[in-house]
Amino acid sequence: MRTFIGIDLGSTTTKAVLMDDDQKILGRGITNSRSNYATATQVATQEATVDARLTLLRRELSDVEGVKGKLDEFLDHLNRNFRLEQFVEQLGDLEATCIENIDGPRLKGVEKEVQVVIEEVFKRLREEAPELFAPGAKRKSDFFRDIAGSRYLAVGENVAKDAKLPFDLVLNVYDKSIIDVENRPPAGDMSAKFLRALNRVLAEAPEFKAAKGKVEKPVKDALGIELEDTYTVGTGYGRVTLPFSKEHIRSEILCHGLGAHMMYPDTRTVLDIGGQDTKGIQVDDRGIVENFQMNDRCAAGCGRYLGYIADEMNMGLHELGPMAMKSTKSVRINSTCTVFAGAELRDRLALGEKREDILAGLHRAIILRAMSIISRSGGITDQFTFTGGVAKNEAAVRELKKLVQENYGDVTININPESIYTGALGGATFARRAVEGDQTGVEA
Amino acid sequence: MSRVPPSTTGAAKKDVAKDASMIKQKEMMAAHYDRLTSAKENGKKVCSTFVPGNLNELIMCFDLVNNLPETNAIQMGLRKKSGQNVLEAEKMGHSEDVCTYVKSDIGMMAKGNIAPNGKPFPDPDVLLLSYTGCFTFMKWFELLREQYGCETIMLHTPYDATGNITKNMRDYMVKQLKEEVIPKLEKVSGVKFDIDRLRENLKESAKAEDDLVHVLQAAKNRPSPIDAYFGGIYYIGPIFGAFRGTKDATDYYAMLSEEVDERVRQKLGPITPDGPMGEEKYRLVTEGPPNYTSFRDFWKMFYEDGAVVVASAYTKVGGVYDFGFRHDPVNPLESLADYCMGVYTNRSLPQRIDMLATYIEEYEADGLLINSIKSCNSFAAGELMIMREVEKRTGKPAAFVETDLVDPRYFSPSNVKNRLESYFQMVDQKRKGARVTGAAA
Repeated sequence: MRTFIGIDLGSTTTKAVLMDDDQKILGRGITNSRSNYATATQVATQEATVDARLTLLRRELSDVEGVKGKLDEFLDHLNRNFRLEQFVEQLGDLEATCIENIDGPRLKGVEKEVQVVIEEVFKRLREEAPELFAPGAKRKSDFFRDIAGSRYLAVGENVAKDAKLPFDLVLNVYDKSIIDVENRPPAGDMSAKFLRALNRVLAEAPEFKAAKGKVEKPVKDALGIELEDTYTVGTGYGRVTLPFSKEHIRSEILCHGLGAHMMYPDTRTVLDIGGQDTKGIQVDDRGIVENFQMNDRCAAGCGRYLGYIADEMNMGLHELGPMAMKSTKSVRINSTCTVFAGAELRDRLALGEKREDILAGLHRAIILRAMSIISRSGGITDQFTFTGGVAKNEAAVRELKKLVQENYGDVTININPESIYTGALGGATFARRAVEGDQTGVEA
Repeated sequence: MSRVPPSTTGAAKKDVAKDASMIKQKEMMAAHYDRLTSAKENGKKVCSTFVPGNLNELIMCFDLVNNLPETNAIQMGLRKKSGQNVLEAEKMGHSEDVCTYVKSDIGMMAKGNIAPNGKPFPDPDVLLLSYTGCFTFMKWFELLREQYGCETIMLHTPYDATGNITKNMRDYMVKQLKEEVIPKLEKVSGVKFDIDRLRENLKESAKAEDDLVHVLQAAKNRPSPIDAYFGGIYYIGPIFGAFRGTKDATDYYAMLSEEVDERVRQKLGPITPDGPMGEEKYRLVTEGPPNYTSFRDFWKMFYEDGAVVVASAYTKVGGVYDFGFRHDPVNPLESLADYCMGVYTNRSLPQRIDMLATYIEEYEADGLLINSIKSCNSFAAGELMIMREVEKRTGKPAAFVETDLVDPRYFSPSNVKNRLESYFQMVDQKRKGARVTGAAA
């Protein structure tokens, strides 16, 4: 089947969306941009392809006896086991790379010992892997580097100690290897991994034993559907660094406008607060951008403002919103300069203001900046769609709702849980339109 | 292939494409600076004045050499020297928000007042302020008066709020010319005013103005043979500066006019610093000055995407000629008055809107692009409203970028490029939008 891919190369993360001929989203994928947009594109696209396979599996399996009525659960099992298969495969790659990298002056004379330790570490990592992907298991991150890295540290230290080898030698080999492996998307055959995952599910999950003999064919059918890479459109800050020709590039403003329209066709105003910029976009009833404004010269009021404040307060970025929600009063904070806001923050703390109240003020400051950009772009017209990483922050959303109500009255505010994919979705829609001969937004 | 434009700063100088008129224009500008910096040794007196509302024909009647501080600031900007001048002025206490033309000029004076030809500027003998809408000009000349302690003349131009220049307004200006400006210029120069000499100069002006209008209106062709903004800056140089009313200017515009006619015959687009422009994809009308410190990089962002400016408001700040006004030797003082009242800077927001909307229609433009100037409070204020109103009237999309005149710190290339690219794609979408049917999911 034909697929249309939109890739949004953001400053922090890279997102991919795969769309089918009916403009339905088949899959979404996200990865860290890791200052290597080419790899980030490959990884995000591969993630979106995995997600697309799950969508196709869902379609094929919806009426199959044995999984009917508990399809979500079945696909969850399948997905986890697929992740496990992929993780083990990447561990294999990492092990091979580590062994290749046992050289250099520091390792001279102990190569053999280091290799023995590394092989033991990876043996244990493989053994414990199923636990990491067990139902209900909590992982801090889904990125291979984060999981493998933290486990390598924990396990490696013990194994090195037992072998009476300095741990830093073992760590040195890992450090030399992880970047290569991270920048190499999993290479193994995706269908084979799904089938191995299926075997695990059928063997291990008692509730799906009865499905054996019934699901194999539809699963194979779903995996057999060829996903043709019909057209790709890239957007976002990294777009110029990619080997995309000009017809395959769209500005993120257009992509966000169209993406918001695809999610909520009645959208007329879009606010996107990303890592580095804030955009106010007006779109018409076809998702065509009518006007836009964005911050210039100054990134106060963007996602990074919150990142800076989180650093200043020694908190995690995702902890800011929940803490601000606890506030009982809002403390006024300068909204025009991130660095000054940091100074004000310390000043308010010294005056004895509560952290949650200060944080509520900071969220309000961000949204005040955004409101000014929206005004410049032409104000808010019903419906209003809020996108970008900051849309996930409940305190920011609360302030936004308040200010929208005060300034524009009753307006429908849309916030999609998948709003981080808005730009990529717009890109995929442009890709589909380009092929359909609907040349909107495509240079003649 | 990388789409990141290589920087054109510095290195590109040797292989910049130019046409003959551009070479003549450069020679004229060089001659101007030589005349100016050698004024004292040649026994000439110097009159400093501003571009909008400048009375060059009158100034020449007194054998005065015309010095234009904003043009000097622009020259410094193009030569990448304005940044140091601005910093120098800030050291002296001029705030970050002050017009950067002013700061470049003041900073240049503090650093030895060296002209682009490497020789020092002469001190002015008279400051002639023809006030045409920019209040900063007044403050600027107060600073210069403080510095030089020379004769200062203020010609007050009534604000043109409605587009109707009344007899009263004209009389008011003529009275000032007769009773204030001319007597003072006679006193400073020691030359008696001769109205016939003025008439001769005005005759030359009108000829050059005819040709200038012809050149600017050639942009109505497809493809446009000129870029009326970036290229337009070169075209207006002589007539907005020290050459209006001279034979030199008449010759230049006749030559330019022929050159442009030839380009129209051959269906050629504009010449850019990288050679002839490629396919014309977007026709734009612009409001606001360009950025001078990254002039070529800024222009490149347009032409490498196939965008040509077919009409610009900025190239009318030193005189609006394309709606019929010409300097008139029959009514010399009245026509100087009308000229001052009609310049773009003296027009109200509704008039600016009318003009821009008319340009979009007459030049069949795809939309309006505003380059809003960070340090220009006089004209940047209200530009968002202009934008919305022009959009509403023409139904064409508009966009807004923000840079500065000659302060290099306020040009953020990735930001400007991002907005321009988005705008061009927006124009594409709009233009082809009619074909979209049921795009909504």
